[in-house]
Amino acid sequence: MTLLEIYEPGETPLPHAGEGTLAVGIDLGTTNSVVAIAREGVPAALHDETGKALVPSVVGYPSAGGLVVGEEARLLMAREPRNVVASVKRLMGRGASDLHTVAGVLPYEVEPGTGQTDMVKLRIGGKARSPVEISAEILKALRARAEAALEKPVERAVITVPAYFDDAARTATRDAARVAGLEVLRLVNEPTAAALAYGLDKGSEGLYAVYDLGGGTFDFSLLRLEKGVFQVLATGGDTALGGDDFDRAIAERLLAERKRDGLKDLVDEGAVKNALALARQMKEQLSDRDRTSGRLELGGKPSFHALASGEFEPMIAAHIERTLEIARHVLADAGMTADDIQGVVLVGGSTRVPLVRAEVAGMIGKPALTDIDPDEVVALGAALQAEALTGGGPQGEEGTLLLDVTPLSLGLETMGGLVEKVVPRNTPIPVQLAQEFTTYQDGQTAMAIHVVQGEREMVDDCRSLARFELTGIPPMTAGAARIRITFAVDADGRLTVSAEERTTGVAQRIEGRPSYGRSQDDMADMLYDSLDNAEADMTRRLLAEARVEARRNLLALEAALDKDGGLLSSEERAALDVARARVEAAIAGEGRDEINAAAEALDALSKPFAERRMDRGIREALSGLSMTDLQERVGE
Amino acid sequence: MDHFARLGLPAALDLEPAALDKAYFTLQRQWHPDRFVAKPPEQRAKASTEAAALNDAYRTLKDPLSRAFYLASLKGVEMPADGKTIDDPDLLVEAMDAREELHEASSVAEVDALASFAREDLQKALAGLPSLFLANDKAAIRKTLLRLRYLDKFAEEARSRRANLANLTDKRGKA
Repeated sequence: MTLLEIYEPGETPLPHAGEGTLAVGIDLGTTNSVVAIAREGVPAALHDETGKALVPSVVGYPSAGGLVVGEEARLLMAREPRNVVASVKRLMGRGASDLHTVAGVLPYEVEPGTGQTDMVKLRIGGKARSPVEISAEILKALRARAEAALEKPVERAVITVPAYFDDAARTATRDAARVAGLEVLRLVNEPTAAALAYGLDKGSEGLYAVYDLGGGTFDFSLLRLEKGVFQVLATGGDTALGGDDFDRAIAERLLAERKRDGLKDLVDEGAVKNALALARQMKEQLSDRDRTSGRLELGGKPSFHALASGEFEPMIAAHIERTLEIARHVLADAGMTADDIQGVVLVGGSTRVPLVRAEVAGMIGKPALTDIDPDEVVALGAALQAEALTGGGPQGEEGTLLLDVTPLSLGLETMGGLVEKVVPRNTPIPVQLAQEFTTYQDGQTAMAIHVVQGEREMVDDCRSLARFELTGIPPMTAGAARIRITFAVDADGRLTVSAEERTTGVAQRIEGRPSYGRSQDDMADMLYDSLDNAEADMTRRLLAEARVEARRNLLALEAALDKDGGLLSSEERAALDVARARVEAAIAGEGRDEINAAAEALDALSKPFAERRMDRGIREALSGLSMTDLQERVGE
Repeated sequence: MDHFARLGLPAALDLEPAALDKAYFTLQRQWHPDRFVAKPPEQRAKASTEAAALNDAYRTLKDPLSRAFYLASLKGVEMPADGKTIDDPDLLVEAMDAREELHEASSVAEVDALASFAREDLQKALAGLPSLFLANDKAAIRKTLLRLRYLDKFAEEARSRRANLANLTDKRGKA
């Protein structure tokens, strides 16, 4: 019985559909996109007539009408900024609750979604458009480029997504492809695709790391390569860390130098943009020389600036250290050390910064692999996977096999706002894992099921994926029902949740859709918060557990009192009521020790009552789980 | 089918990691959904189920501790559910003492020392398991597994305590 399918209906590819057409690999990036094709195991990026492989991920709706994508749209931005969308990938699968994280960052109006999904829309060119629709335009342009270059129809693709993309973002990416008329053979994680490009090229074996530092995101993955098998062991990252941080550091220095020289600037958005543009240029120049200089003109007043590598590097050292710290966490997750790593693959434009290369090589103790263009490597890997999936390239024992993992833990809310993890992070996919839950009160016939994603102990700190209610549970004593909840994650990393009451086989079907929700940034934050807050979480968890346990025992005692209250004298009853009230009061407070102390006092006091019930129970035949609960408590 | 049988391996505590990997990779080559992209839906569904079962088996058997728990369950050793109170009085005392020490530790070095003791203990207890399985001494297996579960949790707690201490030191350093 499937209760909830976080899955889009109607997108399952038909068998044999599209055979005879070509399958491409697409890197649908935040800043730039690339389309590539592999033939007999050799991948190549597809270029435009001017020889460029990169397509800016920019879509424009000119006021004169029509639609432009890529370089043309980027040029339109200067003239009609309100009619152009860039960085739409940051909004994929994001809901109204994410607006605070993107508002002010992106230069267009964002409005909450309506109707079935909660995904945001953009007011652009006078019309509300969804990120899926806009991404589809980029994909259509890539498809057209591929068809022009290959002179054949292209209907199938492998599309890459960040390892950290959550369920909603993955589904939104699939939707965009469908709108663009592309059947998605598989969504592949970007670092995995990059390793694929290197692995096949070199026939390498052993443990490899992929260090992916883009403009605004960082990903670190560990993969084991063995005879064509790519096994992802662990992955981690930060979606708010990248080359943009380096640009900002230089820009701040430029503005500070002007101030020092007595220039009184009005530091507005335009000034910052200009400073950032020069900063970026200087950063790029420092990739192949030791010093650089530039001219910045703000408000008609020019200034001249010099920057040496020796000055630049200390400015970005802390950012690079942060990436290494994440890398160390990922290694620890996989139970490995840097010595185990055979080589490290560098992906993303920011890995051109010499200090990044040096620091990564220093940490791993081996030089980094850089011979594939870091801007193209992801698309090349996707192309290889597309070929492998469509029966091209080496097959059988020689063929490539990708074994990927879940980037974040998946779980359920349990009593007291706690998270019970069902699928831990870094679990190989596809996977199907089940856990049994039970009812909490006598006669309980319904159970709220809340699916969450994240590493923290408390529900409020994790991302909510879906909520639904299982009803029709036959009334039983608390703890007697056995509700088995199964999480299935498919090879694309998408989740389906189903539930079943095992004692009676109650079947009820409920379907849900993903709650397009929080941002990717939140996801990375959630993961690293969990490491920082593990101890505080543990304290909260213990408190919540103490509350749940105390409440459960109160309920059990209440049920017993209702049934067998007559076994107690009125003094005994009064004393018990006082002790019960103390437990209630302790539960309302924040002290775990107080709750436990009050609960123990109540236990001790109710012991004679339990014994008398037991005596009677022997006569009347024991019935009900509340009784058993009480016995267990007393027995401790 | 139990996890060992699924991977075609003997149900034993001692398992060569390379043999496990080989069996797993070979079967994944056969069943991974990527091999069934163009196949009819029922075949794809079957592949997905098989691949998921393989992943579950691999994950369970790869880690020596989880493998020991799994093998014990196959042998009919009844374990208390995870998260339940420790019902072994000796272990209870040991656990309480160790947690107190961890709580009182005020430096990363102290925490590291405690964690390294725990790891050594864990290795020792793991090394003692095969002979217990051989003798089919269920009570002793149960006692050892309970202790292993506790040591594993303790190592985890030490890790988070360490992160917290390191964080504090960091912040103090910056202030």
